[in-house]
Parts: sequence; C-alpha cells; structure tokens
Amino acid sequence: MFKKILIANRGEIACRVIKTARKMGIKTVAVYSDADRNALHVKMADEAVHIGPPQANQSYIVIDKIMDAIRQTGAEAVHPGYGFLSENPKFAQALEAEGVAFIGPPVRAIEAMGDKITSKKIAQEAGVSTVPGYMGLIADAEDAVKISNEVGYPVMIKASAGGGGKGMRIAWNDDEAREGFQSSKNEAASSFGDDRIFIEKFVTQPRHIEIQVLADSHGNTIYLNERECSIQRRNQKVVEEAPSPFLDEETRAAMGKQSCELAKAVGYASAGTVEFIVDGEKNFYFLEMNTRLQVEHPVTELITGVDLVEQMIRVAYGEVLSLKQSDIGINGWSIENRLYAEDPYRGFLPSIGRLTRYRPPAEVAEKTHAVRNDTGVFEGGEISMYYDPMIAKLCTWAPTRSDAIEEMRNALDAFEIEGIGHNLPFLAAVMDHPIFISGDMTTAFIEEQYPDGFSGVVPDEKTNARLAAVAAHVKMRKEARAAQISGAMANHKRRIAPDWVVYVGKDQFRVSITEDNGCTTVAFEDGQTMEVVSDWTLGCRLFEGSVGGTPMIVKTDFIRDGARLRYRGADLNVVVRTPRQAELVAKMPEKVPRDTSKMLLCPMPGLIVSIAVEEGQEIQEGQALCTIEAMKMENILRAERKGRVSAIKAAAGDSLQVDEIIMEFE
Amino acid sequence: MSDILAELERRREAARAGGGERRVQAQHAKGKLTARERVELLLDEGSFEEFDMFVTHRTTDFGMADSKPAGDGVITGWGTVNGRMVYVFSQDFTVFGGSLSETHAQKICKIMDMAMQNGAPIIGINDSGGARIQEGVASLAGYAEVFQRNVLASGVVPQISLIMGPCAGGAVYSPAMTDFIFMVQDSSYMFVTGPDVVKTVTNEVVTAEELGGASTHTRKSSVADAAFKDDVETLMETRRLIDFLPASNLEKPPVRPFFDDPDRIEESLDTLIPQNPNQPYDMKELIHKIADEGDFYEIQEDFAGNILTGFIRLEGSTVGVVANQPMVLAGVLDIASSRKAARFVRFCDAFEIPILTLVDVPGFLPGTAQEYDGVIKHGAKLLFAYAEATVPKVTLITRKAYGGAYVVMASKHLRGDFNYAWPTAQVAVMGAKGAAEILHRSELDDAEKIAARTEEYETNFANPFRAAERGFVDEVIMPQSSRKRICRAFASLRGKKLNNPWKKHDNIPL
Repeated sequence: MFKKILIANRGEIACRVIKTARKMGIKTVAVYSDADRNALHVKMADEAVHIGPPQANQSYIVIDKIMDAIRQTGAEAVHPGYGFLSENPKFAQALEAEGVAFIGPPVRAIEAMGDKITSKKIAQEAGVSTVPGYMGLIADAEDAVKISNEVGYPVMIKASAGGGGKGMRIAWNDDEAREGFQSSKNEAASSFGDDRIFIEKFVTQPRHIEIQVLADSHGNTIYLNERECSIQRRNQKVVEEAPSPFLDEETRAAMGKQSCELAKAVGYASAGTVEFIVDGEKNFYFLEMNTRLQVEHPVTELITGVDLVEQMIRVAYGEVLSLKQSDIGINGWSIENRLYAEDPYRGFLPSIGRLTRYRPPAEVAEKTHAVRNDTGVFEGGEISMYYDPMIAKLCTWAPTRSDAIEEMRNALDAFEIEGIGHNLPFLAAVMDHPIFISGDMTTAFIEEQYPDGFSGVVPDEKTNARLAAVAAHVKMRKEARAAQISGAMANHKRRIAPDWVVYVGKDQFRVSITEDNGCTTVAFEDGQTMEVVSDWTLGCRLFEGSVGGTPMIVKTDFIRDGARLRYRGADLNVVVRTPRQAELVAKMPEKVPRDTSKMLLCPMPGLIVSIAVEEGQEIQEGQALCTIEAMKMENILRAERKGRVSAIKAAAGDSLQVDEIIMEFE
Repeated sequence: MSDILAELERRREAARAGGGERRVQAQHAKGKLTARERVELLLDEGSFEEFDMFVTHRTTDFGMADSKPAGDGVITGWGTVNGRMVYVFSQDFTVFGGSLSETHAQKICKIMDMAMQNGAPIIGINDSGGARIQEGVASLAGYAEVFQRNVLASGVVPQISLIMGPCAGGAVYSPAMTDFIFMVQDSSYMFVTGPDVVKTVTNEVVTAEELGGASTHTRKSSVADAAFKDDVETLMETRRLIDFLPASNLEKPPVRPFFDDPDRIEESLDTLIPQNPNQPYDMKELIHKIADEGDFYEIQEDFAGNILTGFIRLEGSTVGVVANQPMVLAGVLDIASSRKAARFVRFCDAFEIPILTLVDVPGFLPGTAQEYDGVIKHGAKLLFAYAEATVPKVTLITRKAYGGAYVVMASKHLRGDFNYAWPTAQVAVMGAKGAAEILHRSELDDAEKIAARTEEYETNFANPFRAAERGFVDEVIMPQSSRKRICRAFASLRGKKLNNPWKKHDNIPL
C-alpha cells in the first residue's frame, strides 16, 4: 500500500480523505493557501505544504504548485477530492508523467466523460438510455413538427446557444411545436445572434437520480445503488438521500447495469457517478458522468457500509476489487443535508465570516441510528469568500426513511452555528415539508414550494404550546435563580408566582408552573398539562428533553422579555410575562414600527466616508447616495427609487450604528 | 369601629385613583403606565410599602386650595427587587401633570434620606411637566433640596433615574446627577429648554423627540445610558441592573448562583485575532466568552462604540468591563470614549465593583476636532479614573497597546493587579511603520529600507515580551484560557485593600 498520499484539496473533503488514509495507516500531506493557514485539514494532516495566495486559481488549481508539493514531500499518490483539479485530465497526465498515482480514473475516462456531446455519444453506443432528441439542424417549422412527432411529445425546443431559459419553448402538440420553433428561433437570433435550434424530449416531473459505480483496473465494475438528489437550488444540490424513494428494484438494476456498461466502455477504474434524469413514469435518461468522488457520497457509504475513499485508494494502488455486485445491498436509509453559509432569509446570499459558535451534534454509529457530520471547519474558524460556502454535510441513517428524516430533524435542532447566516432553518423546513416526507419531489421542488424565498417556519398551535412550556420553564428557572441573590432581606424574600402569560407567534398561552423534585409541570388554561423533563440548566444554549411526552431539542437564548427559541426551522422571540404585566401591556396601544420607507438607514455599523448628495437634490434610482466604510471595506449605498432628498442626518466622519438614519426623502 | 377602618380604605382608594379614570386612560393611550403601575412592576410582587400617601400641598393661590389630591403627584416608598431593598419615587403625571411642589419634593427627600441612612439604592421615575408654577419659588426650592441630596447620595448609594415621560427645565438636573439614566423610546424626553423656547431664541425648529428623545440622548448627547422599547421593558431592565449593583458603598457587590465552569476553556479564542493586524474583530465575542453564561449588560451601548462598558458576572459576582472595540474606529480613544469609560470606571470604583479591562487600542485619535474640543483633558479623565481606582483591576491586552493609550488602559503602572497579555499583544510606543519612519528618518526615501526597518521593529517590539521582561505584563496567557485565568485573578483579589491618601476630594480634570 501507499506510504504517503497528498490531498490536492481543502475543506471537508480533504478532512474526509485524511480520515480514511489514517485508518489505513497511510501518511497524509495537506496543501493550503494563505486563507487556509489555520484550516482543519491542515491540522489533521501529517504534513502540510503552503501553495500560495487564497484565490484558487493561484493555489489549489495550479498544477505546478501541487507537483512541487508532491516532490517536496515524496507523496506516492494524490487524491483530488471534488472540484479543483479532480476532473482535469492535464493534472492526471502530469501525475502519470511523474510516476505518481492518481486516486481517480484513467486520463482517457476523464477526457471521454468531460465533454457533454462525446459522453452522450459514448453512452448511446454503450446502450445507455439518453434523452431522445434531434441534434442536427432543423430547417423550418414543418421539419420541427416532424421531428417532434418522432421524439414524442412533450418536447423542448432549445436554442443551441441558449441559456437561462432564453430561446426555450415546451411544446405538447403540433401547433405548439410550430409556433415554439418560430419564437425560439427569433428569440435566439436576437439574444445570441445564433438562430440554430434543436429539439429534445421534455422530461416531465424530472428527478435527479444518480448511480454510484466502482471499478478496478482489472475489468471489475460494480454499482452501489442510487442517490436521489432532486432537491436542488439553482442546480446546487441541497438534500440528498439513498436509496431513492422513487425507484423500484427493476429500474434500479437497469440503471445500475447501464452505468456499469458505460464505465466499462471508457475503461473506468475508480469511484464514479452516472447522473440520470428520471421522469414520472420511471423512464431514465443519461445526463453525464462525474469522474470523481461526489460531494454526496456519504449517503451511499451509510447504506452500503463501503468506504468509497478506501476503495479508490486500493484501486489506484492496483488492487483487485474485493467487492462483488452481490456484496452490495441496501441497508436502511440515509439522508444528507448540506449546510451552507447562505442566509436563507436574504435570498440565500453568501454569508462569510467568523464562526463564533460551531457545535455539531455528536456523531453516532449504532445499530438503530447514525449521525455523521463531514466538515472542514471548527468553532473560531472562518468561512472565507474565496471558496465554496459549504459548512458541513450532515448525514443521518436509520432503518427506515421516516426514521432517518426524524433523526435529521433532531440533528439539525442540535446543530449550533452562530456568527454567520446559514441555511439550517431552511433545511429543517424541508425535512418537515409534506412533499419531501412523501418522497414525491422533483427537481423543481424548491422553486415551486418557495417561490418567494424562505421566510422561516410558522409552527402549528400544538408546537407553539410546547414551545410556550419550554419558554415558561426556562423563565421560571431564571427568576428562581435571580431570587437567590445575596443581600436579600431575610424572611422577606421574593415569592415568585407560578402564573405566566406566554406569547408565541400569534398564540397566547396562560400557564401555571409547578416544580416538584426537578419535575416541572406546566398547566394550561384549557386544563391541559405538560410535563417538562430535562436536565437543562441556566447557561445551557440547548434545551434537550421532553415536553408533554414529545422529545424536543430547542436552541434557547434569553432575550429581554423572554426567550429566543429555535426549533424545526422556526426562529421565535417568545415573550413571557406575568399576568399583571400582560394585563397592563394590553391596556396600551401597540407600538407601530416607524415608517422607514422614506429613509436611508445605515445597513451596518460603520463610518460615513462621504455623502454624495445634498438636501433638496433630485435623485435617480440607483444613484450613489453615500459611502460607508465597514470592516475596512467601502460600501456605496444607492437610491432605491427616484425622489428628492429632504434631510441629511449624518455627515462624513460620523460613526453610525445599524439602522441609524442617514438621510430622509420626500 | 368598622366605619373607622373603612375610612382608611376609602382614603386609600381616593389616593390610588390618582388624577382619575379619564387621565389614567389618557396616560395609557400615550403608551405610558401610571406611576403606581410602574412601581408595582418594578418591585417584587406585593413588596411595595408606601410613604406619605396622604400628603397634600399647601398652596392657596390660583384656586389651588380647592384641589388637594392625596399624594400630591408623586408616589414614594420602598420595596424589594429580588428580595433586596430599594427606595423608589414615581411621579404621577395624572395629578397636576406630575409637577413638582414643595410637598412633592419633601416626599422625595424623605425617601432619599432614608435610603442613605439605611444603605439602599434610590430609583426615581420621572414623568413630570416641571415646576408647579402656582407655587413659584417654593417649587424651585423643592428642586434644590432634591439636587442637594442627589449630590450627597452620589457614591454612597446607587441612584437610577428612569425618564418615562417629560423631564424638562431644572428637573433634568436631578437625573443628571444620578448614576444611570434609562429612557423609554418615543414616550420620554429630556431638555433644559423645550422646542418653543428654542424657536423663540434661536429660530431653530426642532421637535421634542429630536431635541431630547431617547435616541438623541443615547446616541448623540450620551446623557442617557440606555433606552428601551416600552415601560415594561424599561422596568424589567432596571431590575436586571439592580441585580448587578451593591446596595451601598459599604457593601460588596451581590453574588448569585451561577451555572458556568470558571475553568471553561474557549479554544475559539485562539483564532479571535485576525492574521492581518489591520483587520477588526468583535471584542464583544471575547466579553461573552469570558462572562458567566455569556451574559453582558451593556451601558451606553449606542454611544462611543469604540469603547465598550458594562457589567458581567464572574463566578456569580459582578465585574465591570471596559474594552476597546476594534470594530468601531479601530478602537481608538477619543473624547467621547474617554468620557464614557472614565465615568464607568469611577462608578465601579465608588461601589467596590472590580474592573476588567480588555485592551486593543491603537492610540488617541489625532486631529484638530479632537484637540480643539480638549481631548487632552477628556483623555486625562480616563487616566485619572483608572489611576485613582482602588478596586481589583485585571487587564488583558489582546492586540495593540500603543503609546499613551497603553498607559491609560489600566496598565501595570496605574496599579493594575493582574496585567495579562495574549501572545498576539503588541505593547509598544506605536505601530511598527510609524516607529520605523521616525527612528530611521534618513532612510525615508528608500521604501525598501523602510520596509526592512518596519519588519525589524515588528519582530523586536510588536510582541508582549518586551513588556513582560520588565514586569509590565505579569504573564502572557493562552487566549483559550482567558476565562479561567481572569476568574482566578479576581478570586485572588477578593481581600484586596488599598487606600488613597486622605483628601477632601480629588480634582479630576472635569
């Protein structure tokens, strides 16, 4: 076996590879850029080589720099991870020339599958089902109708040069085909200056399902079942699972067999993935082959028990595959959620910065359930602007799909990430979405279910009642502790009444709490009672326990008038008041938040560098209004609409807080 | 007999009714609680003991003899906050607009005297139209009596002012001399002269809110220490503040049970300081990670953000924190931040509250604006405050500690008890580049040489070890063990005794 391998990658995948190498007794070499000096993969590796500035095109994807690192450390093989150089045939060639093993497929396979057209051709020749269509040029509308009938409706009429939906039409019959051809052609001509059109089958209710294959260099090829990756946002996978809730044994076997045929056709040797698009009738069509380890490979590992990285290393060393197709089964169900540093409340904008708190749930691997978290970050680490904003891949496993989902919900509830915006609440929402639970999703799931973006989860009243019980419980504990302060008048200590009014979202609960031998009982106005059983103490950020018999993990932070509770994708400021406070508050008018639509508010704490307009000045939409320096970066604030500046409230040199008024408009 | 008892109840009812149902409703409609409701929420349930419920004014001019409501527009008494005694007065806007009469003032003075005699904080709830004009100079005398007591009580018992309605004219000077002022957003204001007078005298048109609202006083003038969204929140946050404070200058700060390991290690602090020395980081993260249960009660959060002041607890007992904030103006010391921190340090010292100072300061802010406004004397306030303080003082330098600002920020030289530094600390006269340019002026034209000199200076001086060699830094500590080291340091200082020479009082550069 290799003595030492180099991992030409960073982040969680570098850490993932190091873990397996370590298990196999192989020494590891990490490479790192300036931005990754303190990264986890650098700490985990036996050796680390600095390869340049943060930008990947000056470090991680510069072949010469990786080759230098190899020479410097004497690594015998290189694992490329995914992305970066993983599917770059030049890199594989360079390694070959140097006599260093590439832990991936042969150069020929990378090249053959690297091109969309060639790969489709090879696939067709290997007997793999591809999307029916006509790649040649189409003369006129009648030609288009003829071809459409051959392909079979519905069809997609697409501009060759197209993209972003432009020059694209879906036709369900001859008339639509005729009309679609013409309008596509016109649009293509005006948008791209290229009016070539082609037609292919339009796949309805499309799902993204892919087959994991594994091959050695001795002609053995097996498949390790499928992964369902239909939940995507702008072609970025978000949730994956194995197996697919959609496939039957027959379809799975057919897809697996075809995938193996394709692998054989290109002389594949290593782990690879054949991606298919599958329609509502379980017809599947080849999309492309990824000649590398996939991000979502852990779900396959969890249901098959095969360590894919280990297999890749063994194959690269020249070993014969020790696994036969008959060794591969499906054991239980596994789900992966990708945690991204993207703020779901702000259109999934990337959110970079310091992880002030990062506490993933404990990893477990038991007969009944498993939690696995592949990560490349740590508390106090940085999510930098230079790379993929992925924080972690959280995977769960259980004997059934519904148990695996439930395991995931709990794992997400227990996962603490602070300091940056992240998509955890969104993932939690997906885990509770009826369509996801039914397993009946398509690649359009996010687009269709969250057309206006994500604005948090609103729990039902039952859940709110349980959250009210949690909030009242922690409030009671807090007040009880406050009353234990030193210096209180002896014999005249504060007595805390057991009654509270708890406001959760729109719901209001009147509760009464009794605590007896560490067991808290919350009685509701309607006669219902809930026992709160937990070893939570003040200072704990996670409430773990059971409420009215329901196990719950709730992120609990005190706010001024209650507690901020985060649970199952909901993020609630729960207000807890005494009945008297509640009575008095009810007598007062509700405070109307001020109308800020006619103001320019400071979006971040910062220093006004300059104000670009004057009082009374007419402004146009998009016009620069002022420049703010924050975090050493200059940000230009622009007018959102046309108008006139009525008052300027800040001056250059002022240091402003968030939401301070900079100027007002008429 | 029962009639006699009933008479008491009848009189109480009348007093409790304040200015009557209509005025109470008007008060509520403005988003304001009544004086009595405020006291009720501020204190532990059922703990309020009222004084002088039946006091009435003695004026006869302007037909006042016909209207003598019991209590005369202010409710006074004592009660407990989490079982600890406090004295409280609460002006009743529904009675003569809460205006201050001679007797109204006497009621306030009575509880102030008792608070000082018995050693308990005074909480004043201000909601008053001002002087009772019908009484003329007698009302002014009343203010003066209150002012005199504010001054005598200063440094003896904590005094907290809640501005929960108007507070104008001479009335502002009583809160001004107390330790903390809290305001309520949108329903309180404070000014010496109101918008009408301003308009007459200066032709300036300004609303009451702009002139003296909560936002003005927390962000611009720094008259107020905090503002809250409504009466209830203001009162609850006042309770929280009281939990941090000793009852008087003769007592130690209170201690309460805590649920946090004093030895807690925070590995993430090892990466708090960015690699680039010019990149800011959030000092609040360090405060949260040092404090018991991450709880930080910030004072003057919205003013002079380049310095942070507030209270935390370590092992359950109160510690005042002063910290440079690199996120705002690189944490520089200027007039505003020096004044803010100096006042806070002096409060802590007056009430035996130990002080933790976290240092990352590039120096004093240069410029004519600062010099013309007297940064010399304002900066000296902070220096003075630290130097005279005799409470336990623990200082941690995280990064920059340059020049005079290094000395000011609770350095060893100002009788710091424990002066810790992280390995990332740079205790030096100034930044490396500036130093190199001065020391090697003849090489200024040669950028390469200056760069080399800068690097040389950086290697030799931009570290904590030069200071540690001289004992100016007692120990260089790992960032991750900060909480543990600081907790132990304060634990070891619980018996600290240090006295300044006797004097009538000092002469701090006001």
